[in-house]
Amino acid sequence: MKLQITVIPRAGILDPQGKAIASALGRLGYTAVHAVRAGKVFRVEIDAADRESAREAGAAMARTLLANPVIEDFEVEVVD
Amino acid sequence: MRFRVSVVVFPGSNCDRDALHAAEAVMGAEARFVWHQERDLARPDLVILPGGFSYGDYLRCGAMARFSPVMESVVAYAERGGAVLGICNGFQVLCEAGLLPGVLLQNAGLRFVCREVRIRVESTQTPFTAAVPRGTVLRMPVAHGDGNWNAAPEVLRDLEAHDQVVFRYVGAGGDRAPGATPNGSMDDVAGVRNRRGNVLGLMPHPERAAEAILGSEDGARLFASFVRSAAGAAA
Amino acid sequence: MSYEPVTATRALLSEHKLTDEEYRRIQSVLGRDPNIVELGIFSALWSEHCSYKTSRVFLKEFPTKGPRVLQGPGENAGAVDIGDSLAVVFKMESHNHPSFIEPYQGAATGVGGILRDIFTMGARPVAVLDPLFFGPLDASRMHSLVDGVVRGISGYGNCIGIPTVGGSTFFHPSYAKNILVNVMAVGVVRHDRIFRAKAAGPGNPVLYVGSRTGRDGIHGASMASDVFDDEKAKRRPAVQVGDPFVEKLVLEGVLEVLQGDAVVAIQDMGAAGLTSSTFEMCSRGGVGMRLDLSKVPVREEGITPYELMLSESQERMVIVAHKGREEEVASVFRKWGVDAEVIGEVIAEPRMELLFAGEMVADLPIAPLVEDAPIYRRPFVLPVPAGEGGKSVALDGAPDDLTALKRLLASPNVSGKEWISSQYDWSVQGDTVVGPGSDAAVLRVKGTRKGLACSVAVNPRFVAADPGLGAAHAVVEAALNCAVTGARPLAVTDCLNFGNPERPEILGQFVAAVRGITGACLALDTPVISGNVSLYNETDGGSIVPTPTIGVVGLLEEVRDAVPCRFVREGDLVVLLGETRDEMGAGEYLATVLGREEGACPSLDLGAARAVVDLLVELASGRRLASAHDLSHGGLAVAAAEACFGAGLGVDLDLATDLAPVRALFSESAPRVLASILPGDEAAVLEAARRRGVPAAVVGRVVPESVRIAVRGRPALAERTGVLEAIWAGAFRDAMEEA
Repeated sequence: MKLQITVIPRAGILDPQGKAIASALGRLGYTAVHAVRAGKVFRVEIDAADRESAREAGAAMARTLLANPVIEDFEVEVVD
Repeated sequence: MRFRVSVVVFPGSNCDRDALHAAEAVMGAEARFVWHQERDLARPDLVILPGGFSYGDYLRCGAMARFSPVMESVVAYAERGGAVLGICNGFQVLCEAGLLPGVLLQNAGLRFVCREVRIRVESTQTPFTAAVPRGTVLRMPVAHGDGNWNAAPEVLRDLEAHDQVVFRYVGAGGDRAPGATPNGSMDDVAGVRNRRGNVLGLMPHPERAAEAILGSEDGARLFASFVRSAAGAAA
Repeated sequence: MSYEPVTATRALLSEHKLTDEEYRRIQSVLGRDPNIVELGIFSALWSEHCSYKTSRVFLKEFPTKGPRVLQGPGENAGAVDIGDSLAVVFKMESHNHPSFIEPYQGAATGVGGILRDIFTMGARPVAVLDPLFFGPLDASRMHSLVDGVVRGISGYGNCIGIPTVGGSTFFHPSYAKNILVNVMAVGVVRHDRIFRAKAAGPGNPVLYVGSRTGRDGIHGASMASDVFDDEKAKRRPAVQVGDPFVEKLVLEGVLEVLQGDAVVAIQDMGAAGLTSSTFEMCSRGGVGMRLDLSKVPVREEGITPYELMLSESQERMVIVAHKGREEEVASVFRKWGVDAEVIGEVIAEPRMELLFAGEMVADLPIAPLVEDAPIYRRPFVLPVPAGEGGKSVALDGAPDDLTALKRLLASPNVSGKEWISSQYDWSVQGDTVVGPGSDAAVLRVKGTRKGLACSVAVNPRFVAADPGLGAAHAVVEAALNCAVTGARPLAVTDCLNFGNPERPEILGQFVAAVRGITGACLALDTPVISGNVSLYNETDGGSIVPTPTIGVVGLLEEVRDAVPCRFVREGDLVVLLGETRDEMGAGEYLATVLGREEGACPSLDLGAARAVVDLLVELASGRRLASAHDLSHGGLAVAAAEACFGAGLGVDLDLATDLAPVRALFSESAPRVLASILPGDEAAVLEAARRRGVPAAVVGRVVPESVRIAVRGRPALAERTGVLEAIWAGAFRDAMEEA
């Protein structure tokens, strides 16, 4: 099974990278852009009995390693 | 006539003052800063893209700097044959801008590394090494998180064929050695030039090793070589 | 949100860490109940972190004046004259609690905060040093705390381009749940460009400069003044995230704007953000401010006045400009891509009037909140020094001396820390003459022949055994670290990390340490020009060992003459300065080799320390020293081995002493220095030492490739330098890389 785990700075937490990219896009003429949040995407291939247990395993991975719960949120998606 | 050196300042450049000091104190040049939003390079004999973290280096190192107004002028200047030296972040910017081949990935050790390294001169086909014999080993510091130079194998073969690898990391004995390369660079490459030789990029910092008080004057040899070549070309 | 006076419930007061007594005091200051914004402001300004309400009475003892002192404590940082119309500005601070919660951001924002203290004085920062204190590497989370802190310092300092040139690392079980991250920064400024944070001139505009305000670290100041427990670790406040890129732009903008004369006063927003910066500026100038909080640039919608006043978002400053020149100031920052907004003006009456959306949300007097904050004279019990008056400790079960030396070289407190220092950019700015890994870092001062030596020191085990004496040792060690390079120690900054001062024995440690520092600073003529106090370093009832970290900056008149700490050439004579006594108590040998922490802190004769410092400066300026290395953790044997590393040299020593070999090799008596000199200089060096009353003896010579030490002619240990160096260089790296 394949998981897509997205890790993104939590709402309200400063995201220097997103901020810098947003202003770079503005300079390049994408003036309609008013905010960017920059995170990471992990594609994880995993053996699992069903989608639910795959999702749970992904969430556990995100909580323990992939995301820093102090400053980041994550989403787990089973892609196929 | 004194040499004119223009040091480009991006927001986040942090070796700009070091480069200016080296240009003035070591090369005896008339040096000035050129702000990233300017387009006038002020008729330089040499443009230096200094080290640092241009635009915070947040997306990829050098990725945002290449779109700044001054880079249009730098590209045009280089295409006319003007001399451009990219140090560390400046090297990354030159690669992102397509003025130099390859790309600088995150260090193989996944950590920032600051230490003294030895690099060997592999090509003298640039004004910066024309007066430094091939095989000379130079000592200077590196300080970077993304100095792992990489290119497609055919690109590297092509560079080799045209003598475009200018520096390789070497061990204390002057030979390529395990552990000598601080960042995992392909084929131990520390610096490359463009085909014409007027554009040079390297990860180590010659401007931090250009005075005896700093423990090495080897970096000054690159600047001295440039001054000599330029004087020869003018004569 | 209502701005009506609040009802002071127990829960509300406890959340704001105010006592009933303090609340009554608020009522009497205002003649009414405060509203919620005002309560938050009182809470922040009266926190231990901002008000020093427990420590202030004791800190008055510090000597703070001297002929070279241009600015003592009370400003963003202290400043000392170094000649050539230049001054060195420096200060040390802690970022302990935030680093335990989120090590990367905690350490990074610690670096950012102390750098702002330096450049708001008008000084360009030239160096950062980081004294770090961790639990044992096998303690829970410790590996990732070490890694995170180092990456945080590296990520911030490297990006902003200030070299991290030194620091220290100390491991002890008492830090397992309360690590300490101290950061010292050093800057250089022309005398006539030193800026201060004293608001003045009614009608002058107040500008907000830097990053936008988010809900970061609300109540960080009161959190820093709170005992930690696991429960609170779960209730995490919004962590402050540092943006070194923005800080670099703010730095350049500030230094550019301070080149002109449009600015009256400038202060960084540190702990308790907008609250402490504006109140302190008003307090220093005897004026007030009227601010419209709706004009503060914000990062997200719906931020309340309460949050605006207490947010600890990073990379922000307050500037008071001359009236009519606000646009000039703002345009400099705009060029650097930094927000700058006029948010109010200075008023003559010493009050803070805060408006938000047309409504008055706070109206407070300045002085009662700042100068007249509560001061506590809490009870304290002075500590009884350990070790029964310096009685010799038994060394039962001691292995052979070579085995002991190898264990010491591999111990985390002694082993090489290149794994850490290579992650820091120590060479940016092109002024680093001596980088990390030496007793002191040395920086040249561009445009002069001078150099600055910078060092930090404390041996927490000494302080635990005898807080007064141990703290004095810290001052002496930091000063000696500078003096071995040939630099004259100029002044001291400190970061006093202690446990909960509401416990009389902890406050007693603090009081004794302050007295110890005072005595040492007087003896060495090194006034305290800045510093920071971090109390409540205690988790689940366990306090840290008392840790008064000392930073010293010294001046080299000729930076070219800086003396290295390692041997430079075969054939040089090795000279031991200072007296070696039977002082194994509280030592590294006892802890590392025998697993015991007990015994007396080594004695310290401050007059002797002064004489050694003076002697080193004299010998170095006469170019009589080839190398000089201060003896600290692990004593003579460790120092002798360390002095051989790097150049493939060795040393052959024979110690004439009445002590048992193991004590001669590993005693931590201070002050002592191991120097090497040219053979022809022997008579002159010994004569100079005799004149100053410093015990000195030639104990051997520099030889190729092996470390050999004999006592009274009998070999005690011998090993190839390469073997010892491999142990020393590899131990810490391997411990960090293998997990």
